[in-house]
Amino acid sequence: MESAAVFLPIIAALPFLGALLPGLMIQAGRNACAAFTAAPTILALILLMLCVPSVMRGEVLTFGLEWLPSLGLNVNFMLDGLGLLFAGMILGIGLLIILYARFYLSREDPMGQFYTYLLLFQGAMVGIVLSDNILLLLVFWELTSLSSFLLIGYWKHLPEGRQGARMALVVTGMGGLAMIAGMLILGDIAGSYDLSVILTQKEAIQASPMYLPALILILLGCFTKSAQFPFHFWLPHAMAAPTPVSAYLHSATMVKAGLFLMARLWPVLAGTPEWFWIVASTGLITMVMAAQIALFKDDLKALLAFSTVSHLGPDHHAAGAGDQGGGGGGGVSHHQPRRVQGGAVHDRGDRRSRGAYPRHQAAGGAAAPDAHHLYHRHGGGAVDGGDPAAQRVPVQGDDARRGGAYPLDRARLDDGSGGDAGGAFLGGLFVSLHRACVSRPQRHDYPAHPHDPGFGMWAAPAFLTVLVVLIGFMPMTFAGDLVRVSAQAVTQAEPYVKIYHWHGLVPAFWMSVIAVLGGAVLLALHRPLAAVWNATPRPEAKVMFDAVTRAATRGSTALTDGVHNGSLMRNAAVFSVVVPVLGWFAFAAGGLAPPTREPLPVALVPAVGWVLLLVATALLVVYHRARFTALVLLGIVGLMVSLGFVYFSAPDLALTQISVEVVTIILLLLALNFLPKETPAESSGARRMRDGVIAVVGGVAVTGLTYAILVRDFAQESISAFHLANSYKGGGGTNVVNVILVDFRGFDTFGEIIVLGIAALVIFALTDTVLRGAGGRRLAKRDPDTNPEGQAGDRHPLMMVVATRVMMPIALMVGAYIFLRGHNEPGGGFIAGLIVAIAFLMQYMASGYAWAEARQRVTYHATIGLGVLIAALTGMGAWLAGRPFLTSDYGYLHFPPIEEFEWATAMGFDLGVFLTVVGAVMLALQSLSSMARRAGETVNVFPMDVNPAREDEQRGGGA
Amino acid sequence: MELLVATAIGVLTAAGLYLALRLRTFPVIVGLSLLTYAVNLFLFITGRLAVDMPPILRKGVETYTDPLPQALVLTAIVISFGMTAVAVMLALGAYLSAGDDDVSLPPEDRGKEGGA
Repeated sequence: MESAAVFLPIIAALPFLGALLPGLMIQAGRNACAAFTAAPTILALILLMLCVPSVMRGEVLTFGLEWLPSLGLNVNFMLDGLGLLFAGMILGIGLLIILYARFYLSREDPMGQFYTYLLLFQGAMVGIVLSDNILLLLVFWELTSLSSFLLIGYWKHLPEGRQGARMALVVTGMGGLAMIAGMLILGDIAGSYDLSVILTQKEAIQASPMYLPALILILLGCFTKSAQFPFHFWLPHAMAAPTPVSAYLHSATMVKAGLFLMARLWPVLAGTPEWFWIVASTGLITMVMAAQIALFKDDLKALLAFSTVSHLGPDHHAAGAGDQGGGGGGGVSHHQPRRVQGGAVHDRGDRRSRGAYPRHQAAGGAAAPDAHHLYHRHGGGAVDGGDPAAQRVPVQGDDARRGGAYPLDRARLDDGSGGDAGGAFLGGLFVSLHRACVSRPQRHDYPAHPHDPGFGMWAAPAFLTVLVVLIGFMPMTFAGDLVRVSAQAVTQAEPYVKIYHWHGLVPAFWMSVIAVLGGAVLLALHRPLAAVWNATPRPEAKVMFDAVTRAATRGSTALTDGVHNGSLMRNAAVFSVVVPVLGWFAFAAGGLAPPTREPLPVALVPAVGWVLLLVATALLVVYHRARFTALVLLGIVGLMVSLGFVYFSAPDLALTQISVEVVTIILLLLALNFLPKETPAESSGARRMRDGVIAVVGGVAVTGLTYAILVRDFAQESISAFHLANSYKGGGGTNVVNVILVDFRGFDTFGEIIVLGIAALVIFALTDTVLRGAGGRRLAKRDPDTNPEGQAGDRHPLMMVVATRVMMPIALMVGAYIFLRGHNEPGGGFIAGLIVAIAFLMQYMASGYAWAEARQRVTYHATIGLGVLIAALTGMGAWLAGRPFLTSDYGYLHFPPIEEFEWATAMGFDLGVFLTVVGAVMLALQSLSSMARRAGETVNVFPMDVNPAREDEQRGGGA
Repeated sequence: MELLVATAIGVLTAAGLYLALRLRTFPVIVGLSLLTYAVNLFLFITGRLAVDMPPILRKGVETYTDPLPQALVLTAIVISFGMTAVAVMLALGAYLSAGDDDVSLPPEDRGKEGGA
């Protein structure tokens, strides 16, 4: 049915969208919050129900949407019987949990957060069961790990909660990583990441040499998620979470994710000896071990945790042994007693003790065996496609024999593997015993008086109990079809399902009887046995886990502190050494072709420039402690670099470099106003020697590399020829560099002006923060006359003020000229922006920050924003012509008597660049000037300290 | 000529590295500026050296220098200005807030993150 399939992405998305609501609705009260959390769940459930008729007819609903088809990652959803069973369980139980949590959480608990996490988790789980694409499935899989981390750690104030959450995240996250690798291998073998394709590739996958690695990696993911031995230990610790979380994550859904996936991949992965031995034995060990531990626990939730683990064991065991339905049914059943007993914990405020409590016992006591009954039926009712003898597996219906019933099913299935049946039998024995323990006689010595919960808290468990009883009495009516379609989805064959209770006095029945009797014996001996057990030393998983994490933390701390001890120089030094070493390795390994280019002859003027550059650099190193001297020398270096650009045919670069040079030096000068004027000599001689060696090694390496490049031609043909050929034809400009900037690579430039704008805003924010904190107080206390060399004669010398005023319009005109010619001659938005910024800077320098700022009416934030906006709008203008972002256009206009001139949309883009550059430079400067203001610089009323036109001869300009 | 350019870039790199390894913020910033020159020059020369061949299209001129590295370096120069400005501001902020311009964490603050 076409229409039902489109619901699938909506079902998957609804919980995520709904996750936004609780945080908002908590303002309207706890009931509204719960209602708005339930709403998306109910809606998703309704949509799921609309899909039921098609699935029951045996159809598989699919929905596909391309996301990253080049990676094989697509938003493909599918719904078959298995998915329906799980999705219904996740959403249905989720709804009950929402109701339960409304009454469980106390007023102090942030309910909005809880429901948000819960819906995120629910969405992730639904995503897993609906995904058709395994990469998409992995995304949801990781999301369940993350959201369950949030849920388990919900009570942040409890150290156990935090530890449990961390442990769960580490274990399941680690498994998730293994599974990513396994899934990628699987997808690689099958040639597709879509389940629908993978499931048809059984022969190819099982014949592949990569089958075993893939299987192990995927099973690692499943076992960690489903808390199978030896990864079982996180689940009991995760019980530190609130009871609704324990109920939802650890009994109903999350631990079933592993089972779900094993069922999902059963058609391609199962049927090999590897699968049988790994899965079946893991399940068996888990069941026996966890049941044994659970026997001697007297903490209610811990008991339940191990009981859950122990019950997951048979599910896995079943999957391993070839029984396909085993996984599916456990969900409803485990969940139910958990919740009832969790409620008891909540009421008493103390979970230590076993005992009965009035109505709970009624609901839970009846439900517990019944629940397992249902669970059984799924195990029993399922079908082994290959073995006709197992077509109708007998199920022992008697509630009391719950413990024994399990192994006899298995005994039948595992015909011929005696040890296996024996192990299963032993496990069943334990299970039957601990069930008995839970129903021990009443006690009255609790710290707080146990009481019955309110309607809200027992309604949900009661509902499940009713459901379980109904299924118990009329299995075929209530569950038969569901079992049939989900089994069909797993085995991909039409199964025969017949569920009934009494199978006669078959051997299985006698094994049940023995199991129950054995359980009774164990129960009678429980007290001495428990004493022995508690006295026996045994490995504690948490201790081992903690030891491993502590060792890993210590190791990584040692490594990090060794390389990165808070010393910037050490980082820089390590980096400076590693890069040449790697470069040398590349050189040595790669080999070098002979030189192909004739060296250019050495001309006199450039040679002089080279000498100047070298001398200035050397002096800079020698005299770097005198900071003003260093700046002057840095200026010389920058000038020589600019001249180098001129000589080597890069006029645009020369213009940019020289104007950036001016701005940088001004900025550093202004900063030096606040910084110490000298660098103290601190480094030891050995240290300087070491740094010198590192520097020389780096310099020699760069020299060698540069020379090697310069004497050789391109290995491949450069794409520059394209730019040269199309600059005029395509971009309408003869300055190829500018056309590349605003046209060919306009998107790069667009990104770059955004970066520049962000840098300026960072400077602004940083200044603001510094001024508000200790830095501002320090500045305010600072004596402005600390310069030992004395102040300059005037703060705002007359000649400088006059000169900058005269130059201002000229500089602006030059800026406009450079901007306008940029498309065809050297120039453009970057350079023009810098020139105009320098023109403004001169006013600031000459007449004072405050004076200039008082006359500056444009806010620089707005200039930056406007620049980016104009550039973006110009780019979007191309959309109107139906072309891609930033496609440019040009033409020619002719208004007599003016000469014909060219227009190009690139000009608009360049205008954006121009404004951003001006705004960014000026905002950085303004930030510095606000520091100067804080440092006590007064706002001068008059621009000049000495002004002959002024008669009062006022000096100092202070107001 | 190639050798001159290569040595110039190498000397700029060496001086930049040496200064970047100093203990105070100001020489580190100056060192970073020198490294910026070196890196920009290096990127620029990947288009190989060309004299009197500016990438401005003219009638009758057939050979031009490689315009692409120039376009990339042009934005790099402007961005490195932004980077220098941010570094200067960080240095200033650190100096004003902490009272000294040492670039390293004081020993008593080391290892505070990461541990625990």
